[in-house]
Amino acid sequence: MTHPYIPNAEPGVRAEMLAAVGAASVEELYAPIPAALRLDRPLDLPEAMASEQELVAHMRALLGRDTDTVAALSFLGHGCYPHHVPAVCDEVNGRSEFLTAYAGEPYEDHGRFQALFEYTSMMAELLEMDVVNVPTYDGFQAAGTAIRMAARATGRSKVLLSGAVSADKLSKLHDFLDHDIEIRTAPVTGGGEIGEVEIDDSFAAIYLETPNVYGVVETRGRELADLAHAHGALLVVSADPISLGVLAPPAAYGADIACGDIQSLGMHQSYGGGHAGYIATHDEERLVAEYPSRLFGLAPTAVPGEYGFGDVFYDRTSFAHREEGKEWVGTAAALWGITAGVYLALMGPEGMRELGETVLARTRYAMDRLAEAGATVLHSGAVHFREFAIEVPDADALLGALRGHGIFGGVRLDGRTLLVCVTERHSRDDIDRLAAAVRKELS
Amino acid sequence: MSGHAQEPFAKLPVAPKPPLRRFHQARWDEPIIFEQSRPGRRGIAVPAAGVPAVEPPETVRRARPPKLPEMSQLHVLRHYVRLSQENLGVDQAVAVGQGTCTMKYSPKVNEAFAAAVGELHPLQPVDTVQGVLEVYWRLERMLAEISGMHRVSLQPASGSAAIYANVAMIRAYHASRGEGDRRDQVITTMFSHPSNAACAKTAGYEVVTLMPGADGHPDIEALRAAVGPRTAALMITNPEDTGIFNPRIADFVDLVHEAGGLACYDQANANGLLGVTRAADAGFDLCHFNLHKTFSTPHACGGPAGGACGVVERLEPFLPAPTVERGGDGYRLDTERPQSVGKTRPFLGVTPNVVRAYAWIMALGGRGLREVAEIATLNNNYLMDKVLRIPGASAPWGRDRIEQVRYSWRELFEDTGVRSEEIGARAADFGVHYWTSHHPHLVPEPFTLEPTESYSREDLDEYAAILAHVADEARRDPGLVRGAPYNQTIHKIDPTPLDDPAQWAPTWRAYTRKHLS
Ligand SMILES: Cc1ncc(COP(=O)(O)O)c(C=O)c1O
Repeated sequence: MTHPYIPNAEPGVRAEMLAAVGAASVEELYAPIPAALRLDRPLDLPEAMASEQELVAHMRALLGRDTDTVAALSFLGHGCYPHHVPAVCDEVNGRSEFLTAYAGEPYEDHGRFQALFEYTSMMAELLEMDVVNVPTYDGFQAAGTAIRMAARATGRSKVLLSGAVSADKLSKLHDFLDHDIEIRTAPVTGGGEIGEVEIDDSFAAIYLETPNVYGVVETRGRELADLAHAHGALLVVSADPISLGVLAPPAAYGADIACGDIQSLGMHQSYGGGHAGYIATHDEERLVAEYPSRLFGLAPTAVPGEYGFGDVFYDRTSFAHREEGKEWVGTAAALWGITAGVYLALMGPEGMRELGETVLARTRYAMDRLAEAGATVLHSGAVHFREFAIEVPDADALLGALRGHGIFGGVRLDGRTLLVCVTERHSRDDIDRLAAAVRKELS
Repeated sequence: MSGHAQEPFAKLPVAPKPPLRRFHQARWDEPIIFEQSRPGRRGIAVPAAGVPAVEPPETVRRARPPKLPEMSQLHVLRHYVRLSQENLGVDQAVAVGQGTCTMKYSPKVNEAFAAAVGELHPLQPVDTVQGVLEVYWRLERMLAEISGMHRVSLQPASGSAAIYANVAMIRAYHASRGEGDRRDQVITTMFSHPSNAACAKTAGYEVVTLMPGADGHPDIEALRAAVGPRTAALMITNPEDTGIFNPRIADFVDLVHEAGGLACYDQANANGLLGVTRAADAGFDLCHFNLHKTFSTPHACGGPAGGACGVVERLEPFLPAPTVERGGDGYRLDTERPQSVGKTRPFLGVTPNVVRAYAWIMALGGRGLREVAEIATLNNNYLMDKVLRIPGASAPWGRDRIEQVRYSWRELFEDTGVRSEEIGARAADFGVHYWTSHHPHLVPEPFTLEPTESYSREDLDEYAAILAHVADEARRDPGLVRGAPYNQTIHKIDPTPLDDPAQWAPTWRAYTRKHLS
């Protein structure tokens, strides 16, 4: 049978095409590849599934063994969050015109340019900044690039990093920065916020995260911005955009570069597959010049009333200048950008505010209930958004016991500390159920 | 005007179709989303807190609401459905015009598998995710077989991210041998994808670029002159972005090895080589694949994508962590990898694409993959034969090409003054993409076509006929081609504001500030 994915494998067509190119066999077309390099045996791979139906059965059997966060009651977060995904988000990113397109020009792919321009524009409103990139891979990359942008813009090579950053992100930042940017780490106070900070004129940036890895909303942004600026450095703030309906955007307290992950804005958890990163700045040429990513902008066309689009300041990129461009650009996470745009358009300003209020309130409610249940809630004096840490005698034992209640109770930070995540998806009953199970297991 | 009341209808039987499609792209004349906002409207409701409210302190509270659009649900949906219709995917178009991008069919059935992992959290207990971990493990083993490499990491988010991860491993390897400082150069070739040079530079390396010799192959004498004690690695695409396979690739690798460097193979696009030759066969130490090219995951307007890094055994300790390991009691994550370069992205990888790529390979098997390669190569040679019959088109450096060709309209340009990108804009009027290729513009008036295994002979004939028609138009009426497009959502764009800081408008906010107030 001719494989359904390979139309010209049909023997008659194949023979006609070989004749058309004057080759006796496909082998002839491989003549440039020396015999010594040729694989002289078939690839040793599993037999092909003979039909789509059998493939479906195979995949169901494999993936059916997983228990997901719908089957269990999950309080897992730590960089990947279970927010509600509006049906319209899935509908739009499932549209095959978007899903199967790639890098067409601003004519035949006008829709992609407009959708991404609108995504960056809605993010810009949320962030109160005028420039936002077409998404990079994820919040880790966005942080790394934002710091590199600060270093290039200032001509300096030190960054003061908040200590309240996840270990995985720190690992990425070390890999990405260490060879030419020195990372100094600020302490974390007992209250869970960034501690005493000292910099001098050799620093490119202070990097802050809010909410930070413990879910704590940082309150000293303005002071840090002033400190950075007094030393000719920049303030880089990583903020989850989903918090910005109620929390101040980094620009409001003086940040020069904002960055973060947009998974919260309409992407499923997808076992870590829903990430995309944003980077935002004011419209200052010296910073715009440092973006490695694509920036899409408005342009006129030959017809009044038509919006055209194109790449802003393309000359920065590695597509234009290889190693002389800024870092590199390539395929990243555009469809998640489009999706986040859909999300923000559905929510509007009021939806974003209400969602933020719900998350703030339920996070506090969960903190109170778990404290009552016998856990020690850390940093309880701080404002928390979506996450908080608790201390228990034995984190592994508690997590194991909660499994017995059908609950993924949180992410283990160390032998005694768990990180608990609460979103609008967790009803009051869900939180009460967690608290009851914790009470039972801790007593 | 056809259809005017005075005009007679055509008669039955309906006449045959003309040779080229009378295509017109959707033209909804859609306003920017902000222009559709009406205060008070909403697209989705949010659960009320149902518990006591928390008032954040003034210092952290948002002062004014964000100026997001306010729209009802249907209107948000309709806007985006219209925009989607103003876009061309593989599912609608003969997408051979985006050469180097490997635009192939992404089987629909795989979408359901990708959705099936939607509600898995990446930090769940491993015994609750044995299925997805098995997919990771199996795909790793398959890609190891396809490349001949010892182990494969599926963590990188894209091809370039995989190239960067490979550079990071190269750096860690030399550092582990006390040669990190001394080996500060990476050698690449001009027709290797620009990300090889750009990632090496970002990782701190000085980049040495070999130019093509008279035959279009990178010059081995230039390599001989470039390698030495400062060489950390050779990072090379093969076939290069020209579609030309470098027959002396094993000699390149040997030269680099003799100098103590590593050889790293950019196999983003291995579509013409599956089951034909492997990275290991030429002696490479590292390689990478793009899941969104060779392994069919949809390109998604430019990601989410997926990269896979393959390494030989001596580089295994440096792989991104964690790795997926199989033991007596199932699959587990190994995070205790002291020499690892660490994380390249959050969690384990772009899981929906890992699942899709696995399912694609399972639908083809070893023989099917070989057939993919053969037909991709046959299709390319067939299309090349047609394109080179078009007056004014050429393929610098001859006809030995694997899966793609970087062509040139030099002659057509000299005859008519029409540029490659103008040909592309006009070709789009017939419902296809056409890409003028990224750096380097060593090939004058370039265009790159890559007909993967997915297109039928009829598709290739159609594409070639469109190019022939547009080239002919360029000769007969160059102004017509230069004014294109006509059958698109919009008309010809004036790009000048995009490079002018006073005018550029990367967001609606910047646009309203600069141009509407
Ligand atoms: C040969 C080659 N290498 C690397 C890349 C970069 O891949 P990505 O776009 O996923 O970063 C590409 C993609 O165009 C490519 O064709």
